[in-house]
Amino acid sequence: MVLLLQYTLIFAAVLLLVALGGCFTEHSGVINIGLEGIMVMGALGGALVMRFLPYDASAATLATRFGMFGLVALASVAVGMLYSLLLAVASINFKADQTIVGTAMNLLGTAAATVIVKSMNTAANPDDHSSEIQYGGPKSAFISKFGTFELNWFVILAAVLLVVSIIVLYKTRFGLRLRACGEHPQAADSVGINVFKMRYAGVLISGFLGGLGGITYITVGVSLWKFENGVAGFGFLALAVMIFGAWDPIKIAGAAILFGLFRALGNVHAGIPFLASMEIPPAVYNMLPYIVSLIVLAFTSKKSRAPKAEGIPYDKGQR
Amino acid sequence: MSNEHYAIEMLHITKRFPGIVANDDITLQLKPGEIHALLGENGAGKSTLMSVLFGLYQPEEGIIKKDGVEVTIRNPNDATALHIGMVHQHFKLVECFSVLDNIILGIEPTKAGFLRKAEAREKVMALSEKYGLHVDPDALIEDITVGMQQRTEILKMLYRDNEILIFDEPTAVLTPQEIDELMEIMRGLAREGKSILFISHKLNEIMSVADRCSVLRKGKYIGTVEVANTTKEELSRMMVGRDVEFVVHKDPAQPTDVVLDVEDITVASKMHSNNAVKNVSFKVRRGEIVCIAGIDGNGQTELVYGLTGLEPLKSGKVIMNGEDITKAPIRKRSVMGMSHIPEDRHKHGLVLDYPLEYNLVLQRYFEPEFTKCGFLRKANIRSYAERLIEQYDVRSGQGPITMARSMSGGNQQKAIVAREIDKNPELLIAVQPTRGLDVGAIEYIHKQIVAHRDSGKAVLLVSLELEEVMSLSDRILVMYEGEIVGELDPKTTTVEELGLYMAGAKRMEVQ
Repeated sequence: MVLLLQYTLIFAAVLLLVALGGCFTEHSGVINIGLEGIMVMGALGGALVMRFLPYDASAATLATRFGMFGLVALASVAVGMLYSLLLAVASINFKADQTIVGTAMNLLGTAAATVIVKSMNTAANPDDHSSEIQYGGPKSAFISKFGTFELNWFVILAAVLLVVSIIVLYKTRFGLRLRACGEHPQAADSVGINVFKMRYAGVLISGFLGGLGGITYITVGVSLWKFENGVAGFGFLALAVMIFGAWDPIKIAGAAILFGLFRALGNVHAGIPFLASMEIPPAVYNMLPYIVSLIVLAFTSKKSRAPKAEGIPYDKGQR
Repeated sequence: MSNEHYAIEMLHITKRFPGIVANDDITLQLKPGEIHALLGENGAGKSTLMSVLFGLYQPEEGIIKKDGVEVTIRNPNDATALHIGMVHQHFKLVECFSVLDNIILGIEPTKAGFLRKAEAREKVMALSEKYGLHVDPDALIEDITVGMQQRTEILKMLYRDNEILIFDEPTAVLTPQEIDELMEIMRGLAREGKSILFISHKLNEIMSVADRCSVLRKGKYIGTVEVANTTKEELSRMMVGRDVEFVVHKDPAQPTDVVLDVEDITVASKMHSNNAVKNVSFKVRRGEIVCIAGIDGNGQTELVYGLTGLEPLKSGKVIMNGEDITKAPIRKRSVMGMSHIPEDRHKHGLVLDYPLEYNLVLQRYFEPEFTKCGFLRKANIRSYAERLIEQYDVRSGQGPITMARSMSGGNQQKAIVAREIDKNPELLIAVQPTRGLDVGAIEYIHKQIVAHRDSGKAVLLVSLELEEVMSLSDRILVMYEGEIVGELDPKTTTVEELGLYMAGAKRMEVQ
């Protein structure tokens, strides 16, 4: 049961972070299908820091642990934001179709990460053709153990960022303006708000949160991550969470916990006597979050109201 | 006159767009505290001129002076800084925001980036009290009436301490009562020293509220007159360039066979659980114009939806030329000779992101003239579109290939009228066919409708404008709360009597 809680929290944190990123982008009026790609790139950034930064787990103090955590997070955020610029430049400056740009980003993300890691591994050891990065030691820097329960610091960060997101979206000038750009950019423009800048901000925030989500996701692994696996569709699952959560951070948090729980079942069902006794094939549990998202979206996506102007490049001349 | 003080002056403004000179050497001078009307036909360049003043467009030539000092207005921020504000024809309001959020958007009072709504609310309440603009600051825009949305727009300008207020065709979307209220509000604002630019093509409104009036025609400046020293006729002559007849000339109707037979129909309402149309029966014959009169929202919209097939009927029958079309699809009705000029031209009239030529063949593209073996015959479509554009004087930047969205509202309406009348339908259902049009275009469309009747076809007109109802129809059916409460003859009835029926104060048994 402890394990179920632990996994639910970590998966929920991933979905929450990424869905919040999507939420900011879409409130600014840009559809962000590319979250999956952003996650992979963010994860790569963080994993490289863990791989190359010298870190001795046995001699770690709280300060060095914090330092490691900070640097890993920072690297993920930086790479994620850099990568999200692709979406911003293509869809805001060049008015490209946002769905297609996002899809391209997803394809590119996993592929590029795999190529980079493979060539790195091969350069170090000509016989090594894997796309794995080892991070067993450094990872322990941001895991706190309470008995058998392992608390990943990224879960706490996600919770903090949830509160920050709610405040930013609904209590600040920035949030009000951001949402106006996603609903009625002409109205925002007519009162002197720079729609392009706000949309850039929306996309970059998704790079920030998506990158964090990516690194959080791969630290679920024990000591290494294979980048050819990407992030197993979690970017898309986060999109489902965002839609199910009606573009509202609080509802998104609820949805993330629900989906996280189903995903966690896939990891721990063998440890729960009642579920284990039913002898359902493990594949079914692994499918659960995706099936649930299909069903849930089929019933709720119609009622859920997306920002009105999302997906439409802003054109000053249009009436 | 050189020492006369002006609040704002636009001198020799020229603005060109691809294929069109929207403003050609236009001069406009606004005195402090006056209501200055800007009159012109659809596409005369009024909206463009105001967009220049508001910083949305940059003019190629000409200068703008504020209080005698030359200024440059590059964007709406500059305009706001100069205390120029505008109520756009299509409101610039975020629908899922509250009234208050919309008012403060762009100049939010904040402390360290956090909104301070309490402060804003106080100021808004004070303004709404002072100018009699009553709105609920916490209501969402999508939940309030168009009139209240407009008040929100006015409050937006006042909240920014604007001195020069531009109203771009503010009455086009309002009910008669709301128009009266708006006129009162505008007079109040002028009394408080605000200068108002009032863009309109409705002569009655200009005569009633404006002090002076400047007239544009086809992008050119015609002149400025004192409203007190002019007449409606003179203004319309300046605007259109010829004499306009306000009276529709037509011979007495000679109705013959029944074209449309409506038997006891009921249509559900989308707004509430009651039926919007309750057991309505009437007939429309060849050679007559039957008008459904009534105050907006008494079931006219739903009645038309039911007749045209946009909504299913709950009960009753619709028979056209002897054939029961109660359950017929819209295409079939159209092919049988039913034309429909819809109430909402954006929703049901046009595909806004199609070029004009495709919009003109929307109901006919499948005919052999326009399609061969499943492929469009583009040359035929183009020449057909060019003929309609020529014949109905539809003005647009690039002719047949203009995107419908980029056309002015009046010309969009003309395009729809052209398409529907040119089909030479057995039955023309026209819902507010002259909405948003200037007098010249109204005169033209009225003539077309009468000519259609005279060619032995039937016309069902739905109109909210009493003048139109009285002058155009041969028979008036008054609708009140979903029922037909009176049948009147426009030759023997009066506007007052019609008003009593429309308000539900009087009713007769109509078979």
